[in-house]
Amino acid sequence: MIKRIFILLALLGLVLMFLPFLKDFDFHQELGDLSSQYVEGSINDLNSQNVVTSVIVTYRGLDTLGEVTVLFLATAGVGFLLRKKKTSLRSRRSSELLQTGSQFLFVLIILTGVYIFTHGHLTPGGGFQGGVLITTAFLLLILADINLKFNHSILLFVESFSGVFYVIIGLFGILLIGMNSFLDPAILPLGNFGKLLSAGAIPLIYSIIGLKVGSELTTIIDKMGGE
Amino acid sequence: MISIIIIVLGIIMILAAFLAIRLKNLLSAIISAGVISLLASVIYLLLAAPDVAMTEAAIGSGLTTIIFIFTLKKIRKGDLDD
Repeated sequence: MIKRIFILLALLGLVLMFLPFLKDFDFHQELGDLSSQYVEGSINDLNSQNVVTSVIVTYRGLDTLGEVTVLFLATAGVGFLLRKKKTSLRSRRSSELLQTGSQFLFVLIILTGVYIFTHGHLTPGGGFQGGVLITTAFLLLILADINLKFNHSILLFVESFSGVFYVIIGLFGILLIGMNSFLDPAILPLGNFGKLLSAGAIPLIYSIIGLKVGSELTTIIDKMGGE
Repeated sequence: MISIIIIVLGIIMILAAFLAIRLKNLLSAIISAGVISLLASVIYLLLAAPDVAMTEAAIGSGLTTIIFIFTLKKIRKGDLDD
């Protein structure tokens, strides 16, 4: 009984906490100061069509670096905790049709993932989404039970190479432009608005993030389910 | 029109969340937890946030569901061994 009362009190407290948001809610008709700075800066200074990408990669670039680091630590934790045991595989083999179909789809899904992270500055999506899509392609191979041994040295190399390269690109900003421009994409020419090779280093950085996320999540998936 | 769709989707999400807690079969509970993320990504798309919608659809309803299912498989295997 007392437990129920406490649950109800907690719910009531949550309602009281969120009530002001509901009461003061109104639709904004125009952008605020910071948002209009982002939108105009993204179009005029960075030549990037997708404002979300330019916020994630440039204006909040350091946060993205931290996010990627958190993902790396999570992968390291999973790899440390779930060390592989030798288990005999006795599950039923999947049919020829399923195996061939998933091998066909694998290529298409990888291609879509690469498209999403290379076009991060033009269309919605970017490194994280593309990387997860690449992981899904490997997941399809695991689920279809194709006898597949992941080459862990290649995964490890791609992961650590992209991590180091990301920081090096950031340091190039300090070297070439100035003290306050870690991860500034203007180290490469900005190009024409709306072209694939534009927006400075944004496509490069997002491709690196895509490779890093893809290889890390593939390692997690392989550790958890690939046995 | 869009607000009606969003309200309907929200009601289905609450129902799916209730099912995810209440269902006895763990696999069904995992799948109904994945349905919540999928409908959330549809709502993000309707609210003109395609970037967030892609992330939610790929990570929330795809990868998380699969990781839960793998974990469930591992737990059941441990039960059989005992």
